[in-house]
Amino acid sequence: MRQTITYLIAYLLAQFSYSDVFAAQVRVAVASNFASTAEVLVAKYAQLSGDQIVLLVGSTGKHTAQIQYGLPVDVFLSADSEMPNLLEDKGLVVDGSRQTYALGRLALWSKDPQRVDPNGEVLTASAFKRLAIANPKTAPYGRAARQVLSNLAIQPKLIYGESVAQAFQFAHSGGAEIALLALSQVINFQQGSYWLVPSELHSPIEQQLVLLNDVPAAHDFIKFLLSEQALSIIELHGYTRPAATGYTRPDQLEND
Amino acid sequence: MFSESDITALLLTLKLAGISTLVLILFGTPLAWWLAKSAWRFKFLLEALLALPLVLPPTVLGFYLLVAFSPQSSIGHAFESIVGQPLAFSFTGLVVGSVIYSLPFVIQPLQNAFIAVGRRPLEVAATLRASPSDRFFSVVVPLAKPGFLSAAVLGFAHTLGEFGVVLMIGGNIPGETQVASIAIYEHVESMQLASAHWLSAALLLISFCLLVLVYAANPKARVLRL
Repeated sequence: MRQTITYLIAYLLAQFSYSDVFAAQVRVAVASNFASTAEVLVAKYAQLSGDQIVLLVGSTGKHTAQIQYGLPVDVFLSADSEMPNLLEDKGLVVDGSRQTYALGRLALWSKDPQRVDPNGEVLTASAFKRLAIANPKTAPYGRAARQVLSNLAIQPKLIYGESVAQAFQFAHSGGAEIALLALSQVINFQQGSYWLVPSELHSPIEQQLVLLNDVPAAHDFIKFLLSEQALSIIELHGYTRPAATGYTRPDQLEND
Repeated sequence: MFSESDITALLLTLKLAGISTLVLILFGTPLAWWLAKSAWRFKFLLEALLALPLVLPPTVLGFYLLVAFSPQSSIGHAFESIVGQPLAFSFTGLVVGSVIYSLPFVIQPLQNAFIAVGRRPLEVAATLRASPSDRFFSVVVPLAKPGFLSAAVLGFAHTLGEFGVVLMIGGNIPGETQVASIAIYEHVESMQLASAHWLSAALLLISFCLLVLVYAANPKARVLRL
């Protein structure tokens, strides 16, 4: 019995001193809405570089909070520009690293292939019972969705998802007939019908990245993300490419 | 069916539950023994404190641990300077979190089992010149075996089902802090429902088999009957 306990203690100590350090590993915190695109990008990057990219998927708000408490990531791909801005103000990011990597687009989606017409009249005519959107308080796509509704001057009955992912689930499970979602969620989804909401109806959804650790492997990955090759992949997944890559001044980014 | 990352998440979950259970039994046994034997006036205060994880929302515990583990706090800073790696968003941090979170599930069955053993067998053993440690390992441990079993199973199963605390202090790092429950959440969030189904079914099956084993091996013991 005592011998067993000694072995157990030895095993535990071995566990605690264990640490896995990889040669060139880049940890990237990525917003949930960009996760599937990021997976494609990482697979592409694996052909070009020997560096290992590890994706940490989560909501942008949670990532922002965790980064302030020491989340060990090198790059943060946010779903908006506000959270990177906040981290920059707190001095947690590498100076001048904040830049837009994709512009999000909204889509009106229904699981029913006949429901959404090519001009989105189902929305303007309010020919539905409930519309699902992401919570405007926490999700940038929810904020944009609310702007669309106020610009169209309609007040439909809304149900709020915690994120665009949950709004998608509501529409997918039938809890809402239609939903205002990120185009990236529905563009490669084989079911249903969607209408691409004109970008004039909401302020741009600027998805920005920041560098948190000034290491060469992370620089290389960001350089790849903003390369022609990566931007064309990003476009295929339902985003518009940023106007110009490079450092953007904070005063040009106010959108709320 | 299972992607490589799903299998990693499952193995990590089992590893976390296993290590946490070992730590809990090692530290919980002396603590439960003391609680069962002590006549300290303010013992109830400690008992209330140890039972807190039963009633606290995991997010409350997770939030406090997040703050305590961060390199800016004194605990997080001290750990990092001694061990050389940060406590927040690490596997070690998850073990510490799980141990605190599952503590009452281990302490209470053990404490009850120790009380049930009573004084008499120990006194008899003492008259036969058994040393205090001999009395504990040769008399108390065999008599309290059902209590140890309940404690281990509850500690393991409760850690297996942990979600809120890990969500706050884990950081979803594949291979290090991405346990199965978090991976399921991520699959659902990204509409990978088939993967979510498989992983959920795996957790369900593991938990069920575990409980079947325990009940089958101890048809009469008071396991999991709180």
